[in-house]
Amino acid sequence: MVVKLSGGVHFGHNRIIDNEKFEMGDTRDSVSLKRIVFVTVGTTCFDALVKAVDTLEVKQELTRRGYTHLLIQMGRGTYVPTKSLGEDGLMAVDYFTFSSSIADHLRSASLVISHAGSGSIFETLRHGKPLIVVVNEDLMDNHQSELAEELAARKHLYCAHPQSLHQVIAGMDLESLLPYQPGDATPVAKLINRFLGFPDD
Amino acid sequence: MDDFYFYIMTIIATSVAIFLIRLLHVLYLTGKSRRLKSPQPLSTLIVLGSGGHTAEMMNLLSVLQMDRFTPRFYIAAATDNMSLQKARVFEDSLLHKKVIKGSSAQFMQIYRSREVGQSYVTSVCTTLLATTHALWLMVKIRPQVVLCNGPGTCIPLCVIAFLFKVIGIRWSSIFYVESIARVKRLSLSGLLLYKLCIADQFFVQWPQLQRKYPRAHYVGCLM
Repeated sequence: MVVKLSGGVHFGHNRIIDNEKFEMGDTRDSVSLKRIVFVTVGTTCFDALVKAVDTLEVKQELTRRGYTHLLIQMGRGTYVPTKSLGEDGLMAVDYFTFSSSIADHLRSASLVISHAGSGSIFETLRHGKPLIVVVNEDLMDNHQSELAEELAARKHLYCAHPQSLHQVIAGMDLESLLPYQPGDATPVAKLINRFLGFPDD
Repeated sequence: MDDFYFYIMTIIATSVAIFLIRLLHVLYLTGKSRRLKSPQPLSTLIVLGSGGHTAEMMNLLSVLQMDRFTPRFYIAAATDNMSLQKARVFEDSLLHKKVIKGSSAQFMQIYRSREVGQSYVTSVCTTLLATTHALWLMVKIRPQVVLCNGPGTCIPLCVIAFLFKVIGIRWSSIFYVESIARVKRLSLSGLLLYKLCIADQFFVQWPQLQRKYPRAHYVGCLM
């Protein structure tokens, strides 16, 4: 049985998933059983994050919280996670490097774990998905954590480090997260127009 | 012979004095709105950059009246192949929606002074090359408006635009929007443009930064 999601995710690249979990009921039932964790590093190389989600403790914690699938977008990283169909009682794991349909993956995810790039953060928040941002400590000029910490303080997401990821997953309360109201560029446009002498309209 | 040196020194001293007076005059005018009686479309330089800068710039462009900012020149680093593509998609959508009549946009690439991880010795050569290239592009564009939001490539372009004002080649208004990723500290680009008073208007997206840099305008999040 090929499991295809309405969101367009081809989990396991259309491979036939012969897990017992997916053989009961029709496709819709198996879809509703799927709770996907989507991990994304954007165009960066962030092996520490891929390694962290590939650890037993993180996978156990995610399984305990009811997630069934782990899909990793690993970007330019070199660490290759272990694929799994989930027979071991843990989550099914799959990965890819890049995709032009990140939006589809975000849409079908129940939880997103992302690097701290502003593009990935705001795209996830726009989709209204619960988000854990993992800060890359290996970056030289680490201004990235500023944004993640500020948005975490405003309760729009959780912020973690690769080593503390499993603790954050264990302790998170997704109900307490507040939806992010998308920003607005019109105040800047207004000031620019005024400065240049164009009329407000 | 003494007379000759005297004349030379007088000429040099006068030139330096004139330049300094002009520089002070331009600095005095920086940040002051020059209201035009009948506003005309202004040629606009838009600096793009990977790592979120382009996305934020596109958000700003989508709310600016594009008929006022015409023609448009987009510049991105030569190593960044996504940003100009996004700008092209944006310009095509303007044409589709009939916001603008004919295409009035140009897309250009600029050499970067320094790639991430490049050694400092080779950086000297590449910086010289990048500055020359920036000067060449700016002589061709001579923009009246510069819009930028943080990629390192905007520094030589803004400095050249400012020097054009001092020398009298072209008057321009320079707008800088600090990236949303900067919550507590300005980026190096932002800090330079703020401290050197090069930007006419300087926008920040978080209130903490406005408290620290009072000349900045707090405008809330663009994303």
